[in-house]
Amino acid sequence: MADVLAVVEQEDGTLRGVSAEVVTAAADVAAALGGEVHALLLGGSGVAAAAGALGRYGAARIKVFEHDGLARYVPESYASAVAAAVRQESYATVLFPATAQGRDLAPRVAALLDVPLATDATALETAGGVLAAVRPVYAGKAFARVRSQATPFLVSIRPHVFQPKERAAAGLVETITAEVAPARSRVREFRAATGSALDVGEASIVVSGGRGMKDPAQWSVLEELREAIGEGAALGASRAVVDAGWRPHGEQVGQTGKTVAPKLYFAIGISGAIQHLAGMRTSGTIVAVNKDPDAPIFKVADYGIVGDLFEVVPRLAQEIRARRRS
Amino acid sequence: MNIVVCVKRVPDTEARIKPAAGGTGIDPAGLKFVMSPYDEFALEAALRTRDASGSGEVIAVTLGDAAAAEQLRSALAMGADRALLLKGETTPDGLATARALAAELGPIDASLLLFGIKAMDDDQQQVGPMVAVLLDRPCVTAVSELTIEGERAICHREVEGGVEVVEVDLPAVLTITKGPYEPRYPSLKGIMAAKKKPLEEKVAQAMSPRLTVERLELPPERPAGRIVGRGPDAVPELVRLLREEAKVL
Repeated sequence: MADVLAVVEQEDGTLRGVSAEVVTAAADVAAALGGEVHALLLGGSGVAAAAGALGRYGAARIKVFEHDGLARYVPESYASAVAAAVRQESYATVLFPATAQGRDLAPRVAALLDVPLATDATALETAGGVLAAVRPVYAGKAFARVRSQATPFLVSIRPHVFQPKERAAAGLVETITAEVAPARSRVREFRAATGSALDVGEASIVVSGGRGMKDPAQWSVLEELREAIGEGAALGASRAVVDAGWRPHGEQVGQTGKTVAPKLYFAIGISGAIQHLAGMRTSGTIVAVNKDPDAPIFKVADYGIVGDLFEVVPRLAQEIRARRRS
Repeated sequence: MNIVVCVKRVPDTEARIKPAAGGTGIDPAGLKFVMSPYDEFALEAALRTRDASGSGEVIAVTLGDAAAAEQLRSALAMGADRALLLKGETTPDGLATARALAAELGPIDASLLLFGIKAMDDDQQQVGPMVAVLLDRPCVTAVSELTIEGERAICHREVEGGVEVVEVDLPAVLTITKGPYEPRYPSLKGIMAAKKKPLEEKVAQAMSPRLTVERLELPPERPAGRIVGRGPDAVPELVRLLREEAKVL
């Protein structure tokens, strides 16, 4: 059988947006290679209430693993639970989201199951009846098409690349259970980040600033644009401004930072060094604002405005606000 | 405190790469190679942690070919006490790599096993936690800062929306991301001393990778975009295009 398991993600009992993407990707693979799509949802008691929605994206069966030890993400517990769920069936493919959680989880599951893992795939190809994952390497400067000689093939997929598609399936919810390994680390405290709450790697719209911002105090200009766009938008930064200590590393896009693929990327006062371009070139639409018409960023931008960002960006925020109201 | 740091030889991150003939790897001709940047952060974290503990040694380990000795010499010059070159295949199969490393590292008496969060070539972000599972040790990933309190490591983890402070019992495996550990430049004295430090070479266990690259390609060029206009007067047209043409606002 060529059944595909989609490991989904929830937070406080609500499915995260990326879950629909993983099930959609799984349904595409199953449609090409044959087999059923199963979704796996882990959480504390009551999490099953969120499960039903996954049927809309093509999950024939939705396996819910409720356990007190799974109420929040615990690496060892989650890894043992996912490995147990995979062992209960014979899957050809297991997909994870390449979120912060998925990046921590998937390698542990792969080691427990003794099968290789391809991370952060941006495409899944099924030509010839065999799954291949296409994934960025060298910080996005190249793409490698990889195959696994082992079964199941574990792949994590990059958020925002696989757009959710509705495709009705049975969506039968069933509960599963198994031994859950205890936690081997303890969270002492959580310090919420100042600035945008949404992670730049998970945002559907990113507003990034570079050296052209001139001064960290000027970030209010970008913050205003982010607020005008509203939900789903996060701030990003170039390596230069992170190295200068203007912005936290969590916002960095490119080399030694994050590789992002939002549907819309604003590069504000960013010249476009090769390592920055590698980190954002798979974005859906790229907008650049720069005073230098020869800046390399304009070579990858779909739309550009040449001008003083301190005049252009506030106007942009104002215009977006006005359109939203109308 | 003994600390093992795994480092990898990778192409300089500023370099342009091109696929080699055959199309499954890169053409190394003319490329400069460096220690992967996150591994440098891990090494710096190891050196500071050793120095703060007042005893023990930092052991730099790499899996690769003979040329990777260059990165181990750099690690020794930065302050590592000794180094181990495991001669073996560099493969995108992180699990095969993890197995070969775990077989060598398991018997070493070390409180911490550090990795960069990912190597800047394969970008797989997986070998560290896999080694932890294989050695049955706890693992904390994406650690930006660490301190030792007795038999525990206190780790700052970068997660979505903030920083998690996590404590873990030693011995543990940590993967290190960018934080305050700006790697030091080797001093002349350090470079001279590195020549006398032990650099052991061993052949890694047979690896039999099961994840293979079929094709390596450069990304397609993005189609040429357009300059919508100059200055703030171009903004209404830009917003119209984003809404009506690109449909992303």
